[in-house]
Amino acid sequence: MPHPESKQQTGIPPEMAADPRFQAVERTIKQFQCRADALIEVLHVAQEAFGFLSDELMGYVARQLKVPFSQVYGVATFYHFFSLEPRGAHTCVVCTGTACYVKRSAEIVTRLEREFGVKAGTTTEDGSLTLSTVRCLGTCGQAPVMVLDGETIGGCSPDSATAAVKVLLESGRPPTIDDGRSRRRRGGGGTP
Amino acid sequence: MNRAELRRMAEEERERQERLRCRIMVCVGTPCLTAGALAVLDSLREALGESRLDAEIEAVACGCMGPCSRGPLVKVRPQGKREIIYERVTPDLARQILFSLVKGRRPPTVSALPADLPFLARQTRVVLANSGSIDPGRLEEYVAAGGYGALAHALHEMTPDDVCREVTASGLRGRGGGGYPTGVKWNLARKAPGERKYVVANGDEGDPGAYMDRSIMESDPHRILEGMALAGYATGAEQGFIYVRGEYYLAGRRLEAAIRAAERAGLLGSRVLGSNFNFRIDIRTGAGAFVCGEETSLMASIMGRRGQPWQRPPYPAQRGLWGCPTLINNVETLAAVPAIVSQGGKWYGGIGSAASKGTKVYALAGQVEMAGLIEVPMGTTLREVVFDIGGGIPGGRRFKAAQSGGPSGGCIPATELDTPLDYESMERIGTIMGSGGLIIMDETSCMPDVASFFLDFCRDESCGKCPPCRVGTVEMHRLLRRITGGAATMDDLARLEELCELVGATSLCGLGMTAPNPVLSTLRYFRDEYEEHIIQRRCAAGVCTMAEAPAGPDGEALLHAMGVAGEEA
Repeated sequence: MPHPESKQQTGIPPEMAADPRFQAVERTIKQFQCRADALIEVLHVAQEAFGFLSDELMGYVARQLKVPFSQVYGVATFYHFFSLEPRGAHTCVVCTGTACYVKRSAEIVTRLEREFGVKAGTTTEDGSLTLSTVRCLGTCGQAPVMVLDGETIGGCSPDSATAAVKVLLESGRPPTIDDGRSRRRRGGGGTP
Repeated sequence: MNRAELRRMAEEERERQERLRCRIMVCVGTPCLTAGALAVLDSLREALGESRLDAEIEAVACGCMGPCSRGPLVKVRPQGKREIIYERVTPDLARQILFSLVKGRRPPTVSALPADLPFLARQTRVVLANSGSIDPGRLEEYVAAGGYGALAHALHEMTPDDVCREVTASGLRGRGGGGYPTGVKWNLARKAPGERKYVVANGDEGDPGAYMDRSIMESDPHRILEGMALAGYATGAEQGFIYVRGEYYLAGRRLEAAIRAAERAGLLGSRVLGSNFNFRIDIRTGAGAFVCGEETSLMASIMGRRGQPWQRPPYPAQRGLWGCPTLINNVETLAAVPAIVSQGGKWYGGIGSAASKGTKVYALAGQVEMAGLIEVPMGTTLREVVFDIGGGIPGGRRFKAAQSGGPSGGCIPATELDTPLDYESMERIGTIMGSGGLIIMDETSCMPDVASFFLDFCRDESCGKCPPCRVGTVEMHRLLRRITGGAATMDDLARLEELCELVGATSLCGLGMTAPNPVLSTLRYFRDEYEEHIIQRRCAAGVCTMAEAPAGPDGEALLHAMGVAGEEA
């Protein structure tokens, strides 16, 4: 990857240094004393701050932790959690763990895909919704489960799931950052 | 903090709790939060504040009580009276319960769980002893329940050798699925030469449908820390890591808070409880890779690399993290250790069956009346678990199979319902204990499709390091899709069986070695279903696309839409 700034020792491209989101990443790197084994922890924070991992961001992390860019790229593409592309304004994650599978969560995925014209794992063309699946959220007692903008909803059906996503898209509600607090703020909205 | 101060903390907290007229515990585990537990807790706290009852009655955020499908759960513990658990509590009902308490009226009986409910009464709670009865966010409550007593006792009265002996005597075996004797592992790590050693708690609970570890981490985080500290003392390690699955955000935050509280109190860090033992615990967060539950991959991930396994031996107990001896235990295994040290290995060994001692936590889910988390002695039969504790199959349908062990396990058919659930018996019938997920399936589940579901999982999660797993799982999944799609011949079935043997025998790590299990076990008990799919092109369960019943508007490509974007068999 061509990185003209890579010669600089500070490692922060000027246009990014002004970005307050960088401070969180920088803090984490310092907290781990620039140790290479903190790579995954740093990428977690970076993705949380920026929403996805851009080439610039990964290049910056590589320089700070003094590991090759290839290693950062390798780790970022190995783990399902990391995304190299920006996500939509809203996210809908459907659990496809065994308990949800037995309760037919696949029907929910198929329905949402058709209803909103998006394949699981991708974002709608207008960037309003990212639909994805997850391998078990450990909320099997409430199966089938989905997570809308960080809010977990249990006991879904294809109908209730579609309705909940529609409400979310039409509400104009600003996307909540998945910081866990949003997950706890409200519960069970879409339960039929 | 020293031992006397620990005792004082416990006494003060117990006295504080006894002064209260009543404690109302609201479960704030992930399933109950999903069902709206936070609103219930808020409404209770608000009502208490309004009526100025905060000094007499306390609303507590607590851990998992068990019957997760009935959340939000609320437990009312009046001083000196019988406790009552309420299911599906709404904020309004919570206020009603509270006011009946205040006015001394009879508590509402709507949605109260009967005291003798088999789901609750037939459990033996050792690991889950505190789950649902303490606030995971308060160290004092764990200490008041006897917490850190085992560590204090071990540090001052026992040698590391004694601790290992006690664990060996208990007969405890790895609860992550391997079933390796924990005492043997600890002894290996203790005897391994090395200046620096590590203890790792494996909280990367990747098996879909299993959530025991998440619940323990969320409900009783200090128990795991204490178990790790005991392991550190026994093996001579001063650093521990908890590897928490990335999806378990809440568990990570609660563990983080618990570590900080324990460090502040001098229960972790340097000179633990006034002894010469130092122990520090750090959290590492997973990033969504199933293979990281395998111990060598997990260590690669802790070191910040791609989670790919490496060849064993040398085993982690000899050469692990950064080349140092490393003890890796599952979260549930470590959570059993404080009880073993404080009550003795003999006591623990007295529970369970001959070769499998102690208790096991199961996550009961799927088509069962009462889904949730249960802890029963090893050797309890599947029938007891499904029909007595779980309340049977809803909707008058018939039990078809129980899936245990996740993608590495297999299906237990109705004919084997009386099998005791322990390591040996489960292996005998072609499945494994695994981490403890039990997914109950009724006749609406199609077995070849279940196998296809798990192979799709393994195909996706294969790390790609060794070809048998990387190529074999893709090929097996393709063959299974031919079967469920009605395009297969009997030759395909023969090829599938051949592949099962090859992949199982030649893969590098547990993921590949056990990937054929779902196919093998469904073939063993439900071969007729496979043949029905191939010869008659018929799916009796009505799941697969070539079912005789005409596919409705939602019927097409029901199950194959997931995870196979852009790929056609």
